[in-house]
Amino acid sequence: MDIPYVVQPREDTGLFNAKVGIWLFLASEVMLFGALFSSYILLRVGSINWLYGEAKDLNVWLGTANTAVLITSSITMVMAWASLKLNEFGKFKAYMGATILLGLVFMVIKAFEYNAKFHHGHFPAAHTFYAIYFTLTGLHALHVLGGMVVNSFYWGPGSKMWKTDPVRFTNRVEIGGLFWHFVDLVWIFLFPVLYLL
Amino acid sequence: MQPTTEETQQHAAHGAHHEELGFWRKYIFSTDHKVIGIQYGLTGLLFLFFGFCLMMLMRWQIAYPGKPMPVVGEFLQKLLGDEMVNKGVMLPDLYNAFGAMHGTIMVFLAIVPVAFAAFGNFVVPLQIGAPDMAFPRVNMASYQAYFLGGVVMFFSFFIPGGAAKSGWTSYSPLATLADMGHHPNGQTFWILGMVLLITSSLLGAVNFIATIIQLRAKGMTWMRLPFFVWAQFVTAFLLLLAFPPLEAAAILQLMDNVAGTSFFLPTGLAAPGTTTPLPISGGGSPLLWQHLFWFLGHPEVYVLILPAMGIVCEIIANNTRKPIWGYKSLVYSVLCIGFLSFIVWAHHMYLTGMGTKIATFFQTTTMIISIPSVIILTCFFISLWGGSIRFTVPMLFALAFLPMFGIGGLTGLPLGFNFTDLHLHDTYYVIAHFHYVVAPGTIFGLFAGIYYWYPKATGRLMNEFWGKVHFWTSLIFMNLIFQPMFAQGMAGLGRRMYDGGVTYAGADDPAAGLVGVPQWVFGMNRHISWAAWMLGLAQIPFIINFFLSMKKGQKVTSDNPWGATTLEWQTPTPPPHGNFDRPIEVHRGPYEYSVPGHDGDFTPQTEPEQR
Repeated sequence: MDIPYVVQPREDTGLFNAKVGIWLFLASEVMLFGALFSSYILLRVGSINWLYGEAKDLNVWLGTANTAVLITSSITMVMAWASLKLNEFGKFKAYMGATILLGLVFMVIKAFEYNAKFHHGHFPAAHTFYAIYFTLTGLHALHVLGGMVVNSFYWGPGSKMWKTDPVRFTNRVEIGGLFWHFVDLVWIFLFPVLYLL
Repeated sequence: MQPTTEETQQHAAHGAHHEELGFWRKYIFSTDHKVIGIQYGLTGLLFLFFGFCLMMLMRWQIAYPGKPMPVVGEFLQKLLGDEMVNKGVMLPDLYNAFGAMHGTIMVFLAIVPVAFAAFGNFVVPLQIGAPDMAFPRVNMASYQAYFLGGVVMFFSFFIPGGAAKSGWTSYSPLATLADMGHHPNGQTFWILGMVLLITSSLLGAVNFIATIIQLRAKGMTWMRLPFFVWAQFVTAFLLLLAFPPLEAAAILQLMDNVAGTSFFLPTGLAAPGTTTPLPISGGGSPLLWQHLFWFLGHPEVYVLILPAMGIVCEIIANNTRKPIWGYKSLVYSVLCIGFLSFIVWAHHMYLTGMGTKIATFFQTTTMIISIPSVIILTCFFISLWGGSIRFTVPMLFALAFLPMFGIGGLTGLPLGFNFTDLHLHDTYYVIAHFHYVVAPGTIFGLFAGIYYWYPKATGRLMNEFWGKVHFWTSLIFMNLIFQPMFAQGMAGLGRRMYDGGVTYAGADDPAAGLVGVPQWVFGMNRHISWAAWMLGLAQIPFIINFFLSMKKGQKVTSDNPWGATTLEWQTPTPPPHGNFDRPIEVHRGPYEYSVPGHDGDFTPQTEPEQR
């Protein structure tokens, strides 16, 4: 007996297996980042010398640019999936390629920001604000990296599945997309919390 | 008789379809849920025994403080170095390391893997009529991450400075300060090990929930699920949602230990043994660690107990030959427990100074969560009423679970009230309380499960006589170990004390109003230790029985030797890859025993309605 509902949705739930799986995984991710955001709040309200505004020495413009980059990449990700639904594999390649490149742009900007912090002596050990800043953005960057690896697989060797099992491949891209949007969403919370508040 | 051409062709086609896997693919890198379940089970039982051995060694130091350990003392000194053992005497660092690792290993490497991963993997897909788990390769990765986590934890004993020494709770700042001379130290290994174990349980939990939602056989509606599946379903949600905050905490503590941050280190914290403040930025909160830790820690308690309740339920229904009383109450109770277990965590923290208003809130939720637990236990007790009980070995363990868990649960109430907890907190009373829940509670549930499903996994029964010897001796010694600890704790004996509390023996000073720990407490230390070593001996019949029965045990004559109703007994024995040899359709609830008007005293779930 083969495992059912790998590709086609089960009637009473309306979902295929991997979609249930990814939503559960994202629920646990919410708890992971939720715990870290809660820690941020507790540390901030308990601190007598928290850093505010200019004192944080963060570049709001670079942060804003990165927010725009990630939101754009979420759009191209949806377009990549939609292209597969419309049976246009060429467009999928273009949009998925753009998603990966935008992820790369995000990481490069982040690297410049990190570098500037280190130059100014803002190491994690220097102040609890920088400690939580590096922990949160670092963990987020790891997630971006993970998403890029998966997307590159879909763009490159994984796309062979389009010829053998197009429905399953489209499902896979959808799953990857859900993760990518989640990573985007985390940044949309991170940016105001760390840069603006 | 010569096979006909058609038969030969069929055989050839059959053979081509089920190609034989090599040894590595079949037993080591298997994606079959049953093999993975057995892998989890064997590894978990090994860790269970290892964790117990650590405690048997610690019990020597508690009973006979400062005396060289017999038999193994010199060997341990050679193995772990002079820093840990001197002239055969266990030194404080080693005692602390063993204590911390006993808890860590028992909870994360033994009980959870066996109760949740092993039984869940082997039984859940069979009970819901699925061919495998929803994500077989993720399942394999889950076991591998667990195995690696176990290896990291095990090897931490042999690094300079030894394993983690700050209790299984790894409270900061102690955990960061305990071993500052070594980098990386045992605590860093502990965190890395935990991250691997958390990854493993995350993959397992996603897989279990997806499997139960998606792969139920035709007709297997939610209210026809065996209670064991419900228990595993809720357990999986607890693991899925409660573990990530501990992962967050572990990341923060790792930063404290490795990158020099101060997430959990307050301003002005002095270096160990000095009054000079550490060169840290400060501003951290030790309470934050405790909140994050116990946010996992309390749901984890229910992760430990719910699968055992599930196992006990299956066995009670099967051996009383009547339906479980109050199936729906059980289901709703287990869902309530799952939800409530997320809002009781700070009852572990009454003495931290977090404030009386918060303590009152958590005291209230703690009292509320005892209600569904009592409902579950009551349903099991009422189920026994009027049943024609078969006292098989699994049933004996299941029956013993009820009063043992009852004692564990009821003794928890004084700990849940914050004013009585002031006296009992951090004493042997606490140890006795949660061990009654987990040791003669959960572990008896696990033994029951092993004796019960062993014939399905191997096709042979375990020896009944030695099973009963194992049961009675374990029951007696478990109680001889943990019952006296209640008295010790109420007399004021603190837990985690290297010399078994002797330091506090002579502190009587009536003029100053000081009362030391009375002498009988130390006599009890020795009795408890002897009972613990006897409990170790009592496991020998089980170990021999477990391995010998695989080859020599009595063969089962049917696929359903216990006459059970649930689906796992409708498979061939042992179940092949893909589990069922025919399509499964479910027509009735899980516990239709002795239904009036039906032939025999059980009606399998696959039996169609009679018209």
